[in-house]
Amino acid sequence: MNPARGSLLGIEYLEAAEILKILKFARRMNPDKPRPLLKGKRVLLLFYESSTRTRSSFEIAAKSLGAHTVFIQSSGSSIEKGESLLDTGYTARALGADVIVIRHPNAGAPYLMAQHIDVPIINAGDGLHEHPSQALLDAYTILRNKKSFEGLQVAIVGDIFHSRVARSACHLLSKFGVKIILCGPPELVPDVANTLAPEVRVTRHIEDALRGTSVLMLLRVQTERLSGLKIDLSEYIARYQMTAERLKLAIKDCIVMHPGPIIRGLELTSEVADGAQARILEEVRNGVPVRMAILARAMGKMH
Amino acid sequence: MTSDAKNRRGQTSSVQRSISLLIKGGHVVDPRARIDAPMDVLLKDGHVTEIAPPNKIKGNADEKFDARGLIVAPGFIDLHVHLREPGQAHKETIATGTAAAAAGGFTSVCTMPNTVPIVDSVDWIEWLRQPERGAMINVFPIAAATRASKGATLTDFRALQSAGAIAVTDDGKPILDDSIMRDALVLGGDLNFPVVQHAEDTRMTENCSMHAGARSFRLGLRGMTAAAEASIVERDVHLAMQIPNARLHVAHLSTADALKSVRRGKRAKARVTLEVTPHHFALTDEDMPDYDSNYKMNPPLRSASDLEAILVALADGTVDAIATDHAPHAVHEKEMEFERAAFGITGLETALALAITKLHREKRIPLSRIVELFTAGPAHCFDLRGRGSLVRGSIADVTVFDPKKRWTFDVSKSRSKSKNTPFDGWQLTGKAVATIVGGKIVYRA
Repeated sequence: MNPARGSLLGIEYLEAAEILKILKFARRMNPDKPRPLLKGKRVLLLFYESSTRTRSSFEIAAKSLGAHTVFIQSSGSSIEKGESLLDTGYTARALGADVIVIRHPNAGAPYLMAQHIDVPIINAGDGLHEHPSQALLDAYTILRNKKSFEGLQVAIVGDIFHSRVARSACHLLSKFGVKIILCGPPELVPDVANTLAPEVRVTRHIEDALRGTSVLMLLRVQTERLSGLKIDLSEYIARYQMTAERLKLAIKDCIVMHPGPIIRGLELTSEVADGAQARILEEVRNGVPVRMAILARAMGKMH
Repeated sequence: MTSDAKNRRGQTSSVQRSISLLIKGGHVVDPRARIDAPMDVLLKDGHVTEIAPPNKIKGNADEKFDARGLIVAPGFIDLHVHLREPGQAHKETIATGTAAAAAGGFTSVCTMPNTVPIVDSVDWIEWLRQPERGAMINVFPIAAATRASKGATLTDFRALQSAGAIAVTDDGKPILDDSIMRDALVLGGDLNFPVVQHAEDTRMTENCSMHAGARSFRLGLRGMTAAAEASIVERDVHLAMQIPNARLHVAHLSTADALKSVRRGKRAKARVTLEVTPHHFALTDEDMPDYDSNYKMNPPLRSASDLEAILVALADGTVDAIATDHAPHAVHEKEMEFERAAFGITGLETALALAITKLHREKRIPLSRIVELFTAGPAHCFDLRGRGSLVRGSIADVTVFDPKKRWTFDVSKSRSKSKNTPFDGWQLTGKAVATIVGGKIVYRA
């Protein structure tokens, strides 16, 4: 079965024109001015992994469009009793879900769901694979600050290997010809990362990553996902931590982004996190209109 | 050793020994006997009693098989199948698995011991060989190399061998401990008993579900490196070169680096043999549709350069056998999150056709070499005496196939209980027409 129309499984197979359409529609969305585009619809939030901002962002977005939301998390539900992903999906369908937003620790879980369940599936993050709504809100944030993608160089620094945000961001930015530099130690940024999309390059040196960069995306070291990998955090800090001093190597009005949660003192200093160039909270704010657009699109109301 | 064990006879369903069968008009390909010519073959009392140029065999046979336009080969032997009994009959049984094997042209299969419980005792070897299992073809059990395949204490090789086991392995749970592997090869060497290793350093492959490469990175799946296979093969070959008479069989080799170690062992005249699966010569990691668990197996589909190296080794004689690693799983064990889905695919009914299509037609590997990889090669790996050739006196196991038959594999018609294959809907060339076990036709297309 093909995924239902309006599904958002990843950025990789999304066309540039469709991305621009979503971003353009998001500009008309405002949570403070609710629009009942999804009145009476049921949005099911199926979370197999803990999440603060993505979950609440989708919830606020759905409610701002007039939809009901039902939240199901793996702990304390039938999932914990061993119900399979597909059976949970069929159950959600039977309950009358019109859209399923799924966050799952395994890559590809939303694909499996979309192949069997005939409602739009929205990927809210699947394992190490993709986090399309984050990439869209990041693109939205970049365009609010930079006017256009043209001539941009984006550096993504940190734990690329474990980052679905980085994978989605690379796919998205690459579609618009943005130069992308991935920076970090080989354990976190394997050489093979440069095969992810055209325009992607890997460097081990933070100076190299910052030179000429106008958008800097920082990532958390996902210590909980390292799975046996040993990372010397003090060495990571010494080589890659974003400090005010280092940030000066980038172009003057370079903005600093981070999908959160941030760990002060690790991938960035408080000075950078709270500095004038930081757009970290703006990203959180932008998440709501972008997810309103994603949900409207899922229900065929994006026009 | 009992005479039974010496013969190493597999489980055969009620052979009607009084009936003679004349296979007439076919083209015999028997690489071990260096026959590649039109020949008639007479089977009687469970053996090949005559093999001669067309129309030279006198006298009447009870039954005749018209093999005009077909290849008549020694019975195919699959060194590596999972028939899931005891304990997992919802995936496959010996009856359904051997039916699928017969339809694929196999007359003998060697079963892996990673069942529930693990086949690590004489009792289970005997159980596997009982007629009640309903085997349609010969079943040669491989026993666990260590108790419960925990890698700690060797099983009783001598008793298992006497009971009819033809090799030992901890398939799926490779022997990592150097001293246990050394002990297994020493004891196996003393008994002329092959030790089969699934080469994977599982310390390096935790939570991994496919080959480590550009594809796994893009899909966000943790990858098994080629080094995780190659390092174990390297160690095992090194041990086999040191230990007199040791017999090492490398299961489902999948990487170019591991192949280098095996080549070195073979050059040094160590008793090292290896098998390759059809999926590893037919597919690479890039061929998998996103998260399609019918492409998930262990070892995983590798890179294009690994596949190229395997093709060279298949052609140049380095590879001893094509083995399917037939690994049936129920739908609910496969239709789940890719990382959680079971490893393994079925393969008994597609092996011959994939070999002919991919190796013979596409890569111009001679048909006789392909037949060797299904017959004399595997018979040599596990010392299956009387099998792998059609010379007079051989056991009357024969595979008759049509190397030109074009067909489409439809998994819904598979005789296996499970349907987990990436080859559903593939257009293939080459198909078994008749499978003859102990002189009796057990499958006819």
